[in-house]
Amino acid sequence: MAAPLVRIFSKLARQVSGPWRVCRHGLRNQSTRAGLSAEHATAPGVSHPPLQTYTEEEGMMREAVKRFAQERIAPLVSKMDENSHMDSEVINSLFEQGLMGIEIDPEYGGTGSSFFSSILVIEELAKVDASVAVLCDIQNTLINTLFTKLGTVAQKEQYLSRLSTDMVGSFCLSEAESGSDAFSLKTRADKHKDYYVINGSKMWISNAETAGVFLVMANADPSTGYRGITCFIVDRDTEGLQIGKKENKLGLRASSTCPLNLDNVKVPEKNILGQVGHGYKYAIGMLNEGRIGIAAQMLGLAQGCFDQAVPYTRQRVQFGKRIFDFQAMQHQIAHVATQIEAARLLTYNAARLKEAGRPFIKEACMAKYFTSEVATLTTSKCIEWMGGVGFTKDYPIEKYYRDCKIGTIYEGTTNIQLSTMAKFIDKEFDL
Amino acid sequence: MSRVLVGVKRVIDYAVKVRVKPDHSGVVTDGVKHSMNPFCEIAVEEAVKLKEKKLFKEVVAVSCGPAQATETIRTALAMGCDRGIHVEVTGKDYESLGPLQVSKIFAALAKKEEASLVILGKQAIDDDCNQTGQMTAALLDWPQGTFASEVEIEGDKVKVVREIDGGLETIKINMPAVVTADLRLNTPRYATLPNIMKAKKKKIANMKPADLGVDIVSRLEVLRVDEPPTRLAGVKVETVDDLVAKLKESGTI
Repeated sequence: MAAPLVRIFSKLARQVSGPWRVCRHGLRNQSTRAGLSAEHATAPGVSHPPLQTYTEEEGMMREAVKRFAQERIAPLVSKMDENSHMDSEVINSLFEQGLMGIEIDPEYGGTGSSFFSSILVIEELAKVDASVAVLCDIQNTLINTLFTKLGTVAQKEQYLSRLSTDMVGSFCLSEAESGSDAFSLKTRADKHKDYYVINGSKMWISNAETAGVFLVMANADPSTGYRGITCFIVDRDTEGLQIGKKENKLGLRASSTCPLNLDNVKVPEKNILGQVGHGYKYAIGMLNEGRIGIAAQMLGLAQGCFDQAVPYTRQRVQFGKRIFDFQAMQHQIAHVATQIEAARLLTYNAARLKEAGRPFIKEACMAKYFTSEVATLTTSKCIEWMGGVGFTKDYPIEKYYRDCKIGTIYEGTTNIQLSTMAKFIDKEFDL
Repeated sequence: MSRVLVGVKRVIDYAVKVRVKPDHSGVVTDGVKHSMNPFCEIAVEEAVKLKEKKLFKEVVAVSCGPAQATETIRTALAMGCDRGIHVEVTGKDYESLGPLQVSKIFAALAKKEEASLVILGKQAIDDDCNQTGQMTAALLDWPQGTFASEVEIEGDKVKVVREIDGGLETIKINMPAVVTADLRLNTPRYATLPNIMKAKKKKIANMKPADLGVDIVSRLEVLRVDEPPTRLAGVKVETVDDLVAKLKESGTI
């Protein structure tokens, strides 16, 4: 009765056929943890569960996304990277699975789940493809959150249901002359009666190729410095909005990163998100949360890379033994595993702190900073462990290596994170 | 008479490398990843599809086992089943639970829930018994359409295309009936995140086999479990004569 097992075998075959699938990813024997159900709900009498404790809902979501990513996204990853193009099939299925509106209220077609669920989803997606993870991260932690927190009833009705079902959003803050120094942005919004005219250009805008709505940060009153920065909702088809050619990037190639030109773009007053001149506050606020999302992305990337490299070290035999069995290798592998675990705990804790409504900014910075550094270390080591094949495009490892670099740069460079942390630490010692 | 009962079994995940316990009494299950039996997923998908076509009003997912079986039921709910029933069987009883006892439980439930259709996976990937569907039908004295690769409801009858060794066999059976799902019946949907959230609100009833008047004492005793013999390395030969000589040597010819 070989025929019925074909589907099961073909699933396995997809995992073992060809060099891309030599390393079976995912199923490390988790014998140290007592199984999925033990990770749910606290044991009686235990009031401080470990950080890796998930509600049943979070556990199910993670399993569902893991499976979906393995089956529907993994086969397309190499092609999307090569062509620098995100398959529309992938974007559609992200919407179908409810991954683009994780925290949005079901009333607007969203999933109605929690921030931590978003973090788990982003992590699982990143294990397979960091580009897909960033698309999901920006949508959930930046765009959806901004609309949910600041939108008027009318704005929410108009945009949230589209954001959860078929429309991608982009967040436009950076410009050619203002990256870390975000508040020195030059894009201007001049007020006329009941509308604004926006002029300027933006750079490094993720998702720009496919976005249907752009949240543009422009200064409505440059004389007040950054206190004039306002958040405008600009639809894609607005006259004067031009999306430039996407960048040819080292990594995260399937995620489109484009410059934007705003040439006398007319935006009605009702398209202001939140209040005039408060844009700078919103940007900082959202980026604090987005930071945890990026940490989750880098975490997933590191884990995914690690999970693909270690099986190779267990198979590869040199000098009569598995290369895993050489002490130097074991020490390196254990060291990297420790770093990933620490990164995970920082990320999960920052997410839980935010959910609990407690101060979390310093911890979010730590999570993003540490995880992106860990991703760099992990991917670099994984290539070394794989030797020559790690250096070829036939194996997925080199893509993780290229993808990780942006982690220390975007959504707040490592230096910015460290300076922010230092400010908090300084305050802690004030009496 | 518009209810479908679907059986779902929690088994060791198909991708896990199964290990035999050192005392050879069974396989290692502690700390090992479990998930819904793939054929049960196909069964759930078919049931939900039939409901979406408005041919049935309600789909009830049933699982027999310890507390963790509710996870499997929850997955079935996330795929679209309306409610679940968890028949609690634990410890030694669970270790010796086999198709005969499970089919008694399903038969009792099918009667209690007044199901018109019982859909099961054709077999579980842990024991490969391929018996529960058939036994359930026999206990209920219902017709059965096993190894289904196509199911169509025609009035109060079910047309089932069965995958058999010789090809495909199409039969028409009266409802109420038992159908077992084969590989090509459908491609199970993913549980989308919104559906996972909705599944939280769906009810899972809890009961024991005794509540259904079912005796789950096993008539079988597992004596020993062993791994298959390790595959030995092959031997290369130079000529056909060598091959014949080697085959004679090993007693094969």
